[in-house]
Amino acid sequence: MALLQIAEPGLSLDPHQRKLAVGIDLGTTNSLVASVRNGVAETLADEAGKHILPSVVHYAQDEKPLVGAAAAQRATQDPYNTIQSIKRLMGRSAADALQLGEHLPYEFVESDTAMPYLRTAAGDLSPVQISADILKSLVVRAEASLGGDLEGAVITVPAYFDDAQRQATKDAAQIAGINVLRLLNEPTAAAVAYGLDQQDKGVVAVYDLGGGTFDISILRLTQGVFEVLATGGDSALGGDDFDYALAHWLMEQAGGHSFDASSSRELLRIARHTKEQLTDKPEVEVSLPGSGTQVRITREQFDALCKSLVAKTIRACKRALKDAGVALDEIQDVVMVGGSTRVPLVQSSVGEFFKRDPHIGIDPDRVVAIGAAIQADILAGNKPDSELLLLDVLPLSLGLETMGGLVEKVIHRNTSIPVARAQEFTTYQDGQTAMLVHVLQGERELVDHCRSLARFELRGIPPMAAGAAHIRVTFQVDADGLLNVAAKELSTGVESAIQVKPSYGLSDSEITRMLQESYSNAADDREARSLREQQVEADRLVSALRNAIAEDGELLSEQELKDLNTEIDVLEKLAQGASSAAIEAGVEHLAQVSDFFASRRMDRSIQTALQGQSVDIFDPVSNNRSEEEKG
Amino acid sequence: MDISKNFFELFELVPGFDLNAQQLSERYRELQREYHPDRHAHKGERQQRLAVQATTHLNEAFETLKMPLMRAQYLLKLRGVETGEETRQQLPGDFLMQQMELRESLVEVGESDDPFAELERLEQQARQLETQEYSQFNAALAADDLETAVVAIRKLQFVNKLLHEIEAAEDRLDEEY
Repeated sequence: MALLQIAEPGLSLDPHQRKLAVGIDLGTTNSLVASVRNGVAETLADEAGKHILPSVVHYAQDEKPLVGAAAAQRATQDPYNTIQSIKRLMGRSAADALQLGEHLPYEFVESDTAMPYLRTAAGDLSPVQISADILKSLVVRAEASLGGDLEGAVITVPAYFDDAQRQATKDAAQIAGINVLRLLNEPTAAAVAYGLDQQDKGVVAVYDLGGGTFDISILRLTQGVFEVLATGGDSALGGDDFDYALAHWLMEQAGGHSFDASSSRELLRIARHTKEQLTDKPEVEVSLPGSGTQVRITREQFDALCKSLVAKTIRACKRALKDAGVALDEIQDVVMVGGSTRVPLVQSSVGEFFKRDPHIGIDPDRVVAIGAAIQADILAGNKPDSELLLLDVLPLSLGLETMGGLVEKVIHRNTSIPVARAQEFTTYQDGQTAMLVHVLQGERELVDHCRSLARFELRGIPPMAAGAAHIRVTFQVDADGLLNVAAKELSTGVESAIQVKPSYGLSDSEITRMLQESYSNAADDREARSLREQQVEADRLVSALRNAIAEDGELLSEQELKDLNTEIDVLEKLAQGASSAAIEAGVEHLAQVSDFFASRRMDRSIQTALQGQSVDIFDPVSNNRSEEEKG
Repeated sequence: MDISKNFFELFELVPGFDLNAQQLSERYRELQREYHPDRHAHKGERQQRLAVQATTHLNEAFETLKMPLMRAQYLLKLRGVETGEETRQQLPGDFLMQQMELRESLVEVGESDDPFAELERLEQQARQLETQEYSQFNAALAADDLETAVVAIRKLQFVNKLLHEIEAAEDRLDEEY
């Protein structure tokens, strides 16, 4: 009788039915991919055993982009083609990019497109495409490591990312061919990774200071449900800013020595390294590029440079607590996320403000990816009994432009998502037949101070007296925090709806074009892989035959040997070429023409084997045969 | 999810201004567990869309009952009285005078020696007014005096706005210091 199989509760019966899902932390400085294997969430390493993928891409003409540490090594020699911290430009307009890019040594393409493009040796690229290259590299790693195609991924974003930045991230995933199960806020992912859901109840603060973004989230945990009460932060403040401040200070010490793009990069690299050293040492000696000037910096001096930046983060913590309606002493745990929380000043300031020691148990670089992997496993349907549920909020208020350049808020920040809200507007002129709907995000009152997300027109309103038309504008925010807007004139039913595409985001046609390019790249990739495979196959056959000739060359006549050597040379030359089909045909041909040689060797080796054996040990069959031969 | 139920029914609560906040959040989490899109992420597109609709409704219901002013307005709505932003309810002169004075003090906060303490004082005053008007509202509702209840709501809208302005002023001060 067969034994009945009983699976562990929550685990699927058949391991082959488990869907491969990963969590991806697409960071400013570093990116990671993680997955749940055998019930444990872990980050996945590359072939060299490295888990962290530096978010750096190097572009060269007619070559595939190089991603990670190898790309980072080229930052100094080839600064314009080595793109780092691209996350800071995600969802930003060209004008924002120029402003943010003042310390980024990139060459922006001068064009009238709203989206910034960077000039590289591989062509003009948008931040979305560059991010897609990082994502592709992580997917390749995950598929190699998990041994199959991915069902989907949870990709993390800073909680404070606005709609444009979220949409840009989703676009990048689409170009990379990833099915996005959910965009998950980084602090929420971190709280999940800490297994804080294991505890019954409590209020938790997650302080997340990455390379380029800062987030603070206040969450309430109740039996596996993570309810985000409030979130705040600054999507353009991070550890990079500490580097810039330090680099600037070092530049001053150099006394007006001027720096070009290459040595600026070098200076930034030195600043980052110095910052890291100051985590453990009270004082560091720095040698400046170019002049070679030696400068000594103490941790106190460094703290003074960063003080105002850290103070800014603490102000955001205060505001988030207020928004959450939570008193300081209600906070049970403080979780630290992001590499920049290693800076001693950050740890002490956060501890001081919350009056408790923050959790730093899990590697702050990996904690977000691990949390995302746990959520991905659940969303893929691998853990139907899981108690875990994440309830998130809208980080920044959404509104519409009204008369006089003012913003009328339609959905306030920290509203639970998904959410839908409608607001009614009317015409302000007699006979007005069209209305411009301008969607904005932010807390300020003036249009100019908020982020413009989209503009669209509602046309075909029948002419009426001013104030007679009733136009209802509906905002729907989905569980990824992405916005859809629809407008409708109520008396006539005239409708207009759009998926909000940021004013300076990628248009659908741009995405289609990039997708096609990535498909054709995928075709190139396949061709490249098959070429390599055939070359390996050809090499294998060539060297096998050469070895055979060296061993058993006497089995061939002089002419046979000469012909075979010619054929081998032909394939060897063919294998240098770029056509996998030609090499494949060549391999087959050589295998055929060398077949007789293989047979002869086989015969000889059998004879050799037989010679070494006593015939007696052969089984009765051969004895029988000899009987028959006799008979 | 049955969206024809009123919000109190949805959360299995007794309709009224005073409510069991703990039961509200517990029931909210229970319903989220059932309907949230993440619970249906691996199912078909239609089910996912339904999940988004259900949780959208749920979130609106929860926020309406959680926020005292919205809850009060919703209670009136259930009795057929709409009190949107546009209510032009005439308010007593002394209330309006008091509001003007409070607002003037708020504008002058920056000139005071200790602006934070001054803000704190203003906030306390506003909170006191708030408590007072909520109990007015509650009593009026119980007595079925809808007219008085509407006046209380209109006053509370003023107070609410004032509280928001105090908060904004505090944020601005935080930025400066």
